[in-house]
Amino acid sequence: MNVILIAVIVLGAVGLVAALVLFVASKKFAVWEDPRIKQVSEVLPQANCGGCGYPGCSGFASACVKAAESGSLSDLNCAPGGQAVMEQIAGILGLQASAAAPKVAVVRCQGTCDVRPHGVEFDGAHSCRIQNMTGMGETQCQYGCLGEGDCASVCLFGAITVNPATRIAEVDESKCTGCGACAKSCPRGIIELRPQGPKNRKVVVLCNNKDKGALATKECKVSCIGCGKCVKVCEKFEAITLGTNLAYIDPDKCKMCRKCEEACPRGAIKAFNFPPRKPKEEALKVAEASKTPLATDAPKAPVATEAPKAAPAPVKESTVETPKQD
Amino acid sequence: MKTFSIGGVHPAENKLSAGSPIREAALPKQAIFSMFQHIGAPAKPVVKKGDVVKVGTLLGEAGGFVSAPIYSSVSGKVSKVDVALDASDTRRMAVYVDVEGDEWEESIDRSADLVRLEDRPDLDAKTIVEKIKQAGIVGMGGATFPCHVKLCPPPGEKAECVIINAVECEPYLTSDHSLMLEKADEILVGVALIMKAVGVERGYIGIENNKPDAIQLMTEKAKAYPQIEVVPLKVQYPQGGEKQLIDAVIGRQVPAPPAIPINVGAVVQNVGTAFAIYEAVMKNKPLISRVITVTGKSVKQPSNLLARLGTPFSQLMEECGGLPADTGKIIGGGPMMGKALISLDIPMTKGSSGLLIMNNKEARRAEAEPCIRCAKCVSACPMGLEPYLLSNISSQHMWEEAERECIVSCIECGSCAYTCPSNRPLLDNIRLGKTTVMGIIRERAAKK
Repeated sequence: MNVILIAVIVLGAVGLVAALVLFVASKKFAVWEDPRIKQVSEVLPQANCGGCGYPGCSGFASACVKAAESGSLSDLNCAPGGQAVMEQIAGILGLQASAAAPKVAVVRCQGTCDVRPHGVEFDGAHSCRIQNMTGMGETQCQYGCLGEGDCASVCLFGAITVNPATRIAEVDESKCTGCGACAKSCPRGIIELRPQGPKNRKVVVLCNNKDKGALATKECKVSCIGCGKCVKVCEKFEAITLGTNLAYIDPDKCKMCRKCEEACPRGAIKAFNFPPRKPKEEALKVAEASKTPLATDAPKAPVATEAPKAAPAPVKESTVETPKQD
Repeated sequence: MKTFSIGGVHPAENKLSAGSPIREAALPKQAIFSMFQHIGAPAKPVVKKGDVVKVGTLLGEAGGFVSAPIYSSVSGKVSKVDVALDASDTRRMAVYVDVEGDEWEESIDRSADLVRLEDRPDLDAKTIVEKIKQAGIVGMGGATFPCHVKLCPPPGEKAECVIINAVECEPYLTSDHSLMLEKADEILVGVALIMKAVGVERGYIGIENNKPDAIQLMTEKAKAYPQIEVVPLKVQYPQGGEKQLIDAVIGRQVPAPPAIPINVGAVVQNVGTAFAIYEAVMKNKPLISRVITVTGKSVKQPSNLLARLGTPFSQLMEECGGLPADTGKIIGGGPMMGKALISLDIPMTKGSSGLLIMNNKEARRAEAEPCIRCAKCVSACPMGLEPYLLSNISSQHMWEEAERECIVSCIECGSCAYTCPSNRPLLDNIRLGKTTVMGIIRERAAKK
């Protein structure tokens, strides 16, 4: 009896002392954390994708609260959450959310198997980075998509996949949050984050080939050869610049007129999510009817021969997708 | 018999072209000189379209200290300076020369007379190194590290001995073997020149004992050079690795990077390099040709060819009976460390020690299966690393971990992948990790 009593008293006393120490310590060494961090954290998607540049969602939440002290959230953007989440965060922090343009990933390569044949076979570990280290890869183009799917393996949202038929990575824009993980994983820098654009429309040079024209022509049937025709038709807006044998369309300057798409002799420029070119075709027919047959033959010929060869995919896609969009 | 202390494997030797004499390959119609024939800064082209060049005319000057000039190996006209597919399987800057005749620069001594070191008392260390640098000599074993850099020890380091790598541990290859049998005297003068250049009294020539004729001949000839010793070595891959060879010959271990062989007092050069040094210093001949083994089980006539640099591999193949019908893979170099080539139009470079044709059956890798934790790769690794672990953490992109596990020590010999019973692509992953980690280290150093 006595033994039990002593044990209970001793243990009780130890517990009491320990509780006292813990209580004092919790008051004395308390670390104050801004309660807003927790609030902001709760609003975030918790995907921990790192697309914002911070280590996970909690890191981004603290960054937001810290930025609130300077009074602006302009440098911060949660790509997966989008504008809605940023507005909620701004609400918590009592600020105005800046209108960040949502971005999506664009794979700048159209070198499918039929336009860019695979001459050799890579027999090593299946990774774009590893294949890229061994040289050109399976095709003749040392800038194009390798199709091993490093981008697909890092995408947390299942938005990018490699099409086994074309062996090119494809982005599902409805799932893409613009976190940029795929762009970082691509050893050839093919994937670019571009503003989503009004009604998801954008005009992009879908090629990354920096070789000279003659070589680029041999390597792939839809390569940019740096001819500069698109630059010429865009003189008014100056949206297109020519780098090393490669055109680039500045999304901020592009007015979506699609003249460059028409001008490109290689079908390397693609307009996404536009309605089919009905008015244009009608105009052509009118012109055909009004002009003499001899004169129309000349402009008609290239349209007829090039369009199906160079860019069959874009034409099809735009016709299929537009009913959903508009 | 001596060999290195850790790991190693012994693949089937398959030295099909052993004993076949060195044949001179015909001149190509067009020679292509890549400006990337060595490790370090690429050479800068100094010729333009239309220039007339002779054998020995400078085409590209060295692009820095760790770099080497490139000379024309043919005479003719420069047809263009443009990108060309090279042995890296990418398109890089190169000079194309359309061959006309075979005119040589007059400064080159083309006679076959042996010039001994005693005949040229005027040569001092500085002159020798300068001549080597001017001749564009790089490590001919395949690593293509500019030779003069190794011969200029960093301040505070002193070389104690020169070790000549005549191991040729790669299966199939016999170019060094045949060179020793035919040019033993020249090689020994070359070794003496290297020893003089780095100022050492001791030289070793390490030869694996699967080349008894070469060991016997070199030992015989080396009697005239009391400072040079021929060391027969037990056959073990990768004995031709610099660090393994030092361990095998003088029993010293080079610490982990950034330590280099000179830190243990050794300067290692390939036997082909020794011959090139002889020609450069004594004959004034820049590096314009080399011996290359063209081999493979289906190749009609496996041979050792003395070919001019810039000759397309397709032509070398023709000289050996044409490309076999059952070709599955074309490899530049040996089967262990060589690189699969995507085209036969690729021209040979300073580092092309072999052209190996694998048939369909040999070429394909077996399907990779899960690791069974047998640790064969660990016992095979000559650097004492843990390949299965490095491979895993590399494929998970855990670069910090990889750095901690000394991934940069990997010499990419491929012993791990060779020995793996599950056919795992260990080296593929490790190479990715090594390249990435080295990039991270360089970046960090640049920030400091």
